[in-house]
Amino acid sequence: MANVYESLGWLPAPPVDFYQQVANAESCQALVRLVKHALDDNQLRRISKKLKSLRERGADSMQLPIIKFGIIGNSTTQLLEPTLVGSALRFGILLDVIHAEFNQLPQVAFSERDTFTVNPMDVVLVSVDHRSLPFVACPGDVVKAQSNLEDCLEYLMQITDGIHKKNKSHVMLQNFAPLGEDIFGSYERRLPGTLAWLINQLNTRLDLLNLMHVSIVDIAGLAANVGVANWHNQTLWHLGKIPFAPKYNPIYGDWVMRLVAARLGRSRRCLILDLDNTLWGGTIGDDGLNGIIIGNGHATGEAHTALQRTALALRERGVVLAVSSKNEDSVARSPFKEHPDMLLREHHIAVFQANWQDKASNIEAIASALSLGLESMVFVDDNPAERMQVRVVLPSVAVPELPEDPAFFSQTLLAAGYFEAVGFSGEDRIRAAFYQDNGKRIETLKKSSNLDDYLKSLDMEVNFAPFDKLGTPRISQLINKSNQFNLTTRRYSEAEIAELVLNPEYFTLQVRLKDVHGDNGMISVIICKKNRSHWNIDTWLMSCRVLGRRVEEAVLQHILKYARIANVDKLIGTYIPTARNMIVRDHYAKLGFTKIPNNEEPDRWEINTLEHPELSLPMRITDSSALTI
Amino acid sequence: MPSVIDDVMQKLRGIFFDIFDDDCLVIQASTMAEDIDGWDSLSHIRLVVSIEKAFNIRFSAAEIASLENVGAMASLIVKKQMQS
Repeated sequence: MANVYESLGWLPAPPVDFYQQVANAESCQALVRLVKHALDDNQLRRISKKLKSLRERGADSMQLPIIKFGIIGNSTTQLLEPTLVGSALRFGILLDVIHAEFNQLPQVAFSERDTFTVNPMDVVLVSVDHRSLPFVACPGDVVKAQSNLEDCLEYLMQITDGIHKKNKSHVMLQNFAPLGEDIFGSYERRLPGTLAWLINQLNTRLDLLNLMHVSIVDIAGLAANVGVANWHNQTLWHLGKIPFAPKYNPIYGDWVMRLVAARLGRSRRCLILDLDNTLWGGTIGDDGLNGIIIGNGHATGEAHTALQRTALALRERGVVLAVSSKNEDSVARSPFKEHPDMLLREHHIAVFQANWQDKASNIEAIASALSLGLESMVFVDDNPAERMQVRVVLPSVAVPELPEDPAFFSQTLLAAGYFEAVGFSGEDRIRAAFYQDNGKRIETLKKSSNLDDYLKSLDMEVNFAPFDKLGTPRISQLINKSNQFNLTTRRYSEAEIAELVLNPEYFTLQVRLKDVHGDNGMISVIICKKNRSHWNIDTWLMSCRVLGRRVEEAVLQHILKYARIANVDKLIGTYIPTARNMIVRDHYAKLGFTKIPNNEEPDRWEINTLEHPELSLPMRITDSSALTI
Repeated sequence: MPSVIDDVMQKLRGIFFDIFDDDCLVIQASTMAEDIDGWDSLSHIRLVVSIEKAFNIRFSAAEIASLENVGAMASLIVKKQMQS
């Protein structure tokens, strides 16, 4: 399996008809949307080609900044051009690339009639590797090794200065990937005069460099991340002076361009975190304070703690933290207040949004409360459906794909490079505290307008079936575990449920949901007690993961259909409030039921089976009743 | 084993379409570099890299240099796949 860097694992997979969509794209904006996928080098090349033709035709470039970008190196840099142009577009930058002559570093740097003198560049990437260095092997000769180190550094400085002097171009200098093969083994990097020693020393000296006009691109770090043995490809170097294995072109492009974007002030500034199964394992509303998994002593708990630690470290360097969670506010805050193993506390969170509104609306509210643009936001959520909703509605928010295993949440978030820095000041250190407002809560302004489009794009299929033997264990699990979306919180044993399967006095439903992200399995359970003139809804519960998808409306239509067939006039629903089911307080009112006037608890609601209109819902319905009757 | 070669040729056509951005390309065993607009040394390396990835194989420099037409590519791929 390709690692997160090689596969750009934080980006979603491209659409199946990617090439067709590129061909059909008529604006730069459409390409920006397409390039925010995990593209391979051929796909990036297609994007850059299309971008070129769109720009030549004068297509609207949305005032994206244009950077004149020179490349000079000791290898075949042409192969990298489309990668860099495509990757730049991912950061909303148009790149005009010019290559210097192959392997002419000093000639270009010191000439007054070279490519970069004639074409003033904003940025010049000095794409060099160890093969360009005036290295002299002298293992064990400390004096000679030291003077060789100074020569190599001097050589690089002369080149960067020479290029900078031409037109005040900013210079991006690559540091050096280690080799991987040693003559002396572990001793090699300690032995002056070896190449491994030189590379190591040189990288350290470059780290100490403090020049306004030079940025260091950490290629040593990138090569280490993907594995040095994978990074180098000797065959292609011998054959065509290809600098490194081309399967890393996409991450190389992203790696370079995130630094370019950071220099334009385009790094992200705010990290918005989901709670359940993201910051801790489990669902606080269902599992309670003692049931959620966080902290040491449990592998899953430690994985979630690691993400919290990363969030805190980002806050230390000036990234503002916020929360967006579908929960009751007080329930969502309880771990922050009371759980001993939580690293994150309320005072770390600038804005704390726990409610039942869609996440896009909440993210908009967070952005406006912090006076930050949406392009400053990163949103982390384990739920693919939430991620997709935010991507569709708010395309400028960065939403990393996350693997199933929470152990990789932190790695994936950091590998994406959203918070690339070009410096670190005292101001950065205190910035998060400036935003800190003890987890204030703000009202969401409006419902996101594209919600119905989003629901359609989910391609949902809802399946209804009465209780059966096969479904009994899962039905029992839902009945005994669901606390939040549960109207009556009545618990039944598996044996009691098994009896309902055969009892003609009850109308039962198990509801399953599939969507583009896969099979959600059984997500809702209904039990109605049949009477001659009306049915009593004894149990109505649903998994909170599928909230806001209009599934409950489909459920009601389905019950009404069968009630009408049975010549029943009314459905009667009951709401028994508990500490955890505030979310369904208005469930029956929202669905068009009328409250039955009475002075006693609990609330009872009724609806006439004939008066309720058929709605067109954004999902397909399948009914397995006939199969099991 | 003609069917194996056919499968490889079919997959190769997809790769050629990706690299040369031309759905109308006619790719046959006899197709050579000079038959295709833009099949230069850089595209050749792109082809090799894409083929290595698609078939999960690795070519030596000598093999890459010896690939004079698409048919030779396909035979070499089949040979490599049988070795692995």
